[in-house]
Amino acid sequence: MARTPQIVGQSPLRKEGKAKVLGRAQYVDDITLPNMWFGATVRSTIPRGRITSIKFDPAIPWHEFTIVSAADIPGENTIVHLAKDHPCLAVTHVNHVEEPILLLAHPDRAVLPAAVAAVHIAYEELPAIYTIEESEKKEHIIWGEGETANTFKTYLMQKNQTPIPDEIWQEADFIVEGEYRTGAQEQLYIENNGVIAEYDPESGVTVRGSMQCPFYLVHALTLVFNLPAEKCRVIQTETGGAFGGKEDFPSVIGSHAALLAMKSGHPVKLCYDRAEDMAATTKRHPSRTRHRTAVSKDGKLLAGEIDFAIDGGAYATLSPVVLSRGTIHAPGPYLWPHITVRAKAMATNIPPHGAFRGFGAPQSIFALERHMDKIAKTVGLTPEELRRRNLLSTGDRTATNQLLSDPVDMQHLLTKALRDSNYHAKRRQFDHENPTSTIKRGIGFATFFHGAGFTGSGERRLNSLVEIELTPEGQPRILVSSTEFGQGTNTILCQIAAQTLHLPYDQILIAQPDTTHVPNSGPTVASRTAMIVGKLVERAAQSLRNTLLASSHLSDNYSTQDFRRAALRFLAQHGPLKAEARYESPGNIFWDDETYSGEAYPAYAWAVYVAEVAVDTTTYAATVTSFHALQEVGKVLHPILATGQIEGGIAQAIGYALYEKCLWRNGHLTNNQMTNYIMPTSADLPPIHVTFEETPSPHGAFGAKGIGELPMDGPAPAILNAIEHATNIAFNEIPLLPEDIFERMTATPDSGTEDLNPAIAGPVFSEATA
Amino acid sequence: MKRLLDVLREDLQLTGAKEGCGEGECGACAVLMNGDLVNSCLIPALQVEGARITTIEGLAIDEKLHPIQQCFLEEGGAQCGICTPGMILATHHLLEKHTQPTLLQIQEGLNGNLCRCTGYMRIFEAVQQASLVGTAK
Amino acid sequence: MRSNATQYDLIAPNSLDAVLQILADSPDRYTPIAGGTELMVALGAGRLQSKKLVSLWNLDELRFIEVAPDAIIIGAGSTFTDIRKHPIIAEEFSILAEAASWTGSVANQNRGTLGGNIVNASPAADSPPVLLAYDARLTLISIRGTRTLPYRDFHLAYKETTLELDEILHSITISRNLIGYKPYIRKVGTRNAQAISKVAIAALARMNDAYIEDIRIGAASLREYPTRLTAAEQSLVGKTITPATIAAARAAVLTEARPIDDIRSTAKYRATVAANLLEEFLHTLE
Repeated sequence: MARTPQIVGQSPLRKEGKAKVLGRAQYVDDITLPNMWFGATVRSTIPRGRITSIKFDPAIPWHEFTIVSAADIPGENTIVHLAKDHPCLAVTHVNHVEEPILLLAHPDRAVLPAAVAAVHIAYEELPAIYTIEESEKKEHIIWGEGETANTFKTYLMQKNQTPIPDEIWQEADFIVEGEYRTGAQEQLYIENNGVIAEYDPESGVTVRGSMQCPFYLVHALTLVFNLPAEKCRVIQTETGGAFGGKEDFPSVIGSHAALLAMKSGHPVKLCYDRAEDMAATTKRHPSRTRHRTAVSKDGKLLAGEIDFAIDGGAYATLSPVVLSRGTIHAPGPYLWPHITVRAKAMATNIPPHGAFRGFGAPQSIFALERHMDKIAKTVGLTPEELRRRNLLSTGDRTATNQLLSDPVDMQHLLTKALRDSNYHAKRRQFDHENPTSTIKRGIGFATFFHGAGFTGSGERRLNSLVEIELTPEGQPRILVSSTEFGQGTNTILCQIAAQTLHLPYDQILIAQPDTTHVPNSGPTVASRTAMIVGKLVERAAQSLRNTLLASSHLSDNYSTQDFRRAALRFLAQHGPLKAEARYESPGNIFWDDETYSGEAYPAYAWAVYVAEVAVDTTTYAATVTSFHALQEVGKVLHPILATGQIEGGIAQAIGYALYEKCLWRNGHLTNNQMTNYIMPTSADLPPIHVTFEETPSPHGAFGAKGIGELPMDGPAPAILNAIEHATNIAFNEIPLLPEDIFERMTATPDSGTEDLNPAIAGPVFSEATA
Repeated sequence: MKRLLDVLREDLQLTGAKEGCGEGECGACAVLMNGDLVNSCLIPALQVEGARITTIEGLAIDEKLHPIQQCFLEEGGAQCGICTPGMILATHHLLEKHTQPTLLQIQEGLNGNLCRCTGYMRIFEAVQQASLVGTAK
Repeated sequence: MRSNATQYDLIAPNSLDAVLQILADSPDRYTPIAGGTELMVALGAGRLQSKKLVSLWNLDELRFIEVAPDAIIIGAGSTFTDIRKHPIIAEEFSILAEAASWTGSVANQNRGTLGGNIVNASPAADSPPVLLAYDARLTLISIRGTRTLPYRDFHLAYKETTLELDEILHSITISRNLIGYKPYIRKVGTRNAQAISKVAIAALARMNDAYIEDIRIGAASLREYPTRLTAAEQSLVGKTITPATIAAARAAVLTEARPIDDIRSTAKYRATVAANLLEEFLHTLE
């Protein structure tokens, strides 16, 4: 009699881990197909204008090349995301630097850089805009018209759909205002974007490559090629990091490679190098948030007005969805009697921004958690006490009027986090030591939540499907379009199936996402894989188990061998067996897109993050010296993977707060090199202490909620709160670099990072170079 | 002229070394040259003449994982895996020099290998485990 | 703008004489390349104009560290790892070993050479401030012979040195007469490792009781090439360390520093931080 060992909640070896440590994992640039050519992209060098001529330098033997322009597109010249404003290839106008205009292919990769440089394009330049403020002014309209001039999307979110009564403002003891800004951030996956495409007039397009959402690319290809989905095959190769940067962008690079394959008659590999990837692909949306808050003298939030604006770049891409998540997270984990959020996504002549872990929430949560510390200071309460008087609790309603029926105990989480990090003692210690030290130390925290899954009715629209089949050898194999890119998709889905099927983890297989073989289980985004897809895997596994049990080849308490035998017998008798499960919307989730109210997410993860910092007054550099991350996440499916997710997210968020600055000049990213875009190394990160609490959610597999994006939300405000404690200076913009601290601390004008001169790349190259 | 990285990947089909940046910053292309950790994207192939090169493919003996590889696997030191070959070779290089490295020595030894996924904590665990297993050989 | 390595030619003669002959025969066509940690980056970015390269890597005539009774002579082809490992350098020239330890990553230290660091003439390079503080001398070599000059006289303008087209840097000589000097070095970069310097100070001071008998201060990224802060030095020699002398030294730094705003940092930040670093050093001498 077999007893099911606990697999969920343990840390079995990463499913594809052995290949990775052996160096055998096949990333797209490791793959060579017979007769394969290589592709390159000719891009705009100006931020906005009309193309007046394209000349091909006769020094290049152009007859050896395949050249693709928009005229070669069989279907629509569009990369579809939500709108169709994004051209696949520019025709007459360009709206951002690096906008793709032509594509080249050649059998020899080495000749492509010179060829790209030999395409001479002349433009008539038009005025370009680069900031939210310039876009709002509407002096130059670069997108849309009339109501939508320069505006990709707006939202109005008002609690109970009623404006805030004037009396609230008039009678409030305090009105606290603040403005907070966040900069762009590059995902900086260590594997650049890349694909290999093939084209066959009969069978259609095949694209394999580095990506998060194979079916997004299928959809994009159907429009570009005017082909049905069955003739657009997409295969995800081992992907070296994504973080959102390979959510929508593969639709661009995949379509490009496929066009080259079509015209050249060869498979075409199109892989970017670092400089091109950084300059031309999506980044995190910059943001500006304005808070106006009415507060009672007891520190109760009475009403809040939040203006939340993000910079979407030149085309809409995913801006409406980023805006949505940022809007819903803007009020945070607090009880607001009244709240109005006005949100907008604006257009600028910068390469379009896109998805990056957190997806709008890190932006609005940064603003909120900085603002809460400001409110505390204004009212005369500690940051902790202000939170305690306003945190949501079980049975409360959120800003969208969602009833929190699942248990939530932020008071407890706050107590535990502050105790684990020794917050109060450290605060006193630093207050005592700072006056006589050149190193100013501080400690600060952030309280926040993150909704798992697509917003509101999004999951219903996705209508995800999961299948589990029996292989000819009688093993269960999971079929999903959910992709692995380091976060552990393969591992946790196999754990869930193993646990449900009462089989060892090693017995479970998971297929490489190939859209001809796997169903559409939705994109691998939005912290939905463990919760939504995991639940479907659990149900499909249950269905498979039930089928075999019902077939009478198998009885309860079977062993692994029993299962294998029964499976083989079933296959011999009945043929292939594939169990499936389709998303079922929980009956009590209602979301109204019109009023922006209701159940925004089926579940939330809740967290308190505490950051300890040191600000060196000799160099004005702030470093994080210790970090405590406490979160309630439903069920920890795999402790090592989950911890790794939190640690990795915190590292990225530390970069977001203190190191990673995108330096734009006239719409060009001037620091598109790893030398000049500063990501934390192993020497820059503090010890990170991760603790989980578990309050199982009814929605996710084995109670799991999502965790992928959560760790991106809390660190930046916690760090800046700590820096304010250390220096008594309120910094409200990230990234916060030493030059910015220097400027404020010494009151020296024109010395902060606004005064960097990106035109001077400085001493990277030698005398022998340009 | 060819870069050592291209010779490895294209001429010898040893694709374990990866090109992450082409400027010697990320360490994904790292290999051992006469036992020294180097970034192969910055090395003209001709300068390698007479040298002994060890790539990730040279670490495991037959199908048996090197202890460092095993520790990375067990401690969650590899997430997306693209930095992993270089990171493992850097670890090997470190443990040859310091068999029981302190955390500071680990941080320094790996400071040329960028990982965007892990935040380095699990990697440090893996290195410390590997040093306990005694992996100088 | 990018390029591919296959568009370049590299030759690797196996002796220094052969290299010098090639440079003499076609001085403006071959660029010497040692470890390549700088030139290969430029190549990849499409910024290496010369398409012909001649390798200096691992030539015995250049890769050596010789200890004489009164000086140490470091071959220009010595890597930063060679320098870090050398016991005499670690003991007597600690700030050189330190500078080597934070030049790039471990992998880049295994390939980057002291000669390359000097000849590339970056104002932000890590070793030059140390060499200036040590009053190092350079030996240059060509087919015509050798010549020696103080390192202080090597840089003429931004990325312009006294090196002739057919010359390469042969070695760096540092006298072993700095017993009793207190060292200081600090680099301020964009992060803790693998960072190009925003500003750096390397200094040595000899005290006589409470008086500064001699002080040398080398700096990176304060001028268009690595420099000695001579005004600050002059304001300190013969003085004791008081708030007044510190203030005067700071003021001197601010007059002679002419840093720029670039992609990494701002002029005012660099100048003030340089003064802060000097003050930090002076406090250790109290």
